[in-house]
Amino acid sequence: MQYMLLIYGNENAYKSMQGKPEGKELHAAYGAYTQALIKAGVMKAGDQLKDSTSATTVRIEGGKTKVLDGPYAETKEQLAGYYIIDVADADAALSWAAKCPGATYGAMEVRPVIMMG
Amino acid sequence: MTQDGDEFARAAAEKVARDSYGKLVAYLAARTRDVAAAEDALSEAFASALAEWPKGGVPDKPAAWLLTVARRKMIDAMRRRKSADAGADHLKLITDELEAANMQANDIPDERLALMFACAHPAIDAAMRAPLMLQTVLGFDAAAIASAFLVSPATMGQRLVRAKNKIKQAGIPFRVPERTDLAKRLDAVLEAIYATFAEGWSDAAGTEIRGRSLAEEGIWLGRLVASLLPDEAETLGLLSLMLHADARRAARRSADGSYVPLAEQDTTLWNNGLIDEAEMHLLAASRLGVIGRYQLEAAIQSAHVVRRRTGQADWAAIESLYDALAGLDDSPVIEINRAIAVAENRGAAAGLVVLDAVASDPRLATYQPYWAARAELLARKGDVVEADTAYEIAIGLESDPAARRFLQRRRAVLRN
Repeated sequence: MQYMLLIYGNENAYKSMQGKPEGKELHAAYGAYTQALIKAGVMKAGDQLKDSTSATTVRIEGGKTKVLDGPYAETKEQLAGYYIIDVADADAALSWAAKCPGATYGAMEVRPVIMMG
Repeated sequence: MTQDGDEFARAAAEKVARDSYGKLVAYLAARTRDVAAAEDALSEAFASALAEWPKGGVPDKPAAWLLTVARRKMIDAMRRRKSADAGADHLKLITDELEAANMQANDIPDERLALMFACAHPAIDAAMRAPLMLQTVLGFDAAAIASAFLVSPATMGQRLVRAKNKIKQAGIPFRVPERTDLAKRLDAVLEAIYATFAEGWSDAAGTEIRGRSLAEEGIWLGRLVASLLPDEAETLGLLSLMLHADARRAARRSADGSYVPLAEQDTTLWNNGLIDEAEMHLLAASRLGVIGRYQLEAAIQSAHVVRRRTGQADWAAIESLYDALAGLDDSPVIEINRAIAVAENRGAAAGLVVLDAVASDPRLATYQPYWAARAELLARKGDVVEADTAYEIAIGLESDPAARRFLQRRRAVLRN
């Protein structure tokens, strides 16, 4: 089964780490984690997203397109990135989620992916 | 068809249902992770049995008959759905090499343990684990479970549907976890079983679920897990704990229905057979050399029941067992019980010191046993005014009328 691991974190905390040893450590931890996913043969995709201040929300209401500056929901922890992994079951997905540095710095949401076809 | 034939068929179906319901659901669901579909197919199979057995007679292998019919119904239902994941499940079912028609109930692989681990999976809401087990392993309907857990039937029904959907959609596996995770995951299974037992235990009259005592169903699940994982000390510890508690059921109320505290119970009303069985399981658990919460709690029960032979509970052992429990878990509930043991060994004042140490815990402000223990120890110490206040709070927080009356009497004695 494929699962999306959504990484939620506090952007301000993340920003304040940049350029400091903890920031480098976190970056290296993500690198190692990604390598581990690849070596295990479970990695399908994964990306880090730019800050939520760069987000724009679009919806159509009454036939009119409304464009709003900012993320879909203003919360303390924002979507910061994701991985898509292909593993046997929820146990494996949850165990990979727990290993992601994002689980230590924020929270990981684990969602099964609907397979088309 | 005769009425006798009908009744015979119904009795036969009910017997198979009781003996093998969980086994059939577990076996059918383990292949597809679709518990709801397995239950639906099985209930259709039971309906077919009630229609056909009175005419053609009860088959030699009724469980295998039901499994065959249920499997056919499941495959039919999947064909109707025709969705992508149904296709994969369908394939799993029809490529299954099972020669169901020739199987006795005992030949059907027992996947109930895997089912229980799925029900008590960390991704399932903790409050729904016991209800899920009652439904899938024991076959209770949502209405019966709802009344046992004091929720509306519609709410319980929705929650059960949601939990089963989660098992299916999130890909929660049907298997006994690997060695490294087993202890933690088993703990969740045991907790759900203990919750079932405790739900039936808190009410001395016994919470009933369709005429069966919930406490007994908890013990039944405990026996099942102990028989399937006999080398796990805590499974035996939990079974021992539940049997010990159940052995004293008849002594918990006097003839007029009033509450009788453990220390004042008539030991001749204790069930010696159950106590002996509880002791046997506890001994077997201790031989495995892995200590845990349930074994310690069972050992405390064991130290209480030595009173049936010596006339006196082994309070020194009880205190040191509570010390050990406190080391595993720093719950204020354990401290309350430890305070009572300390009071027995070294006097009420020493017990109150233990209670005072946890008094600031905000969880205790509305925790009835804390106030009852406090009132009792203050009364023994002769602190009448403070004891009276504590009794009043304990009485106000008690929901069981018999226990409330008991506390009111104690309070009245204090005032005289």
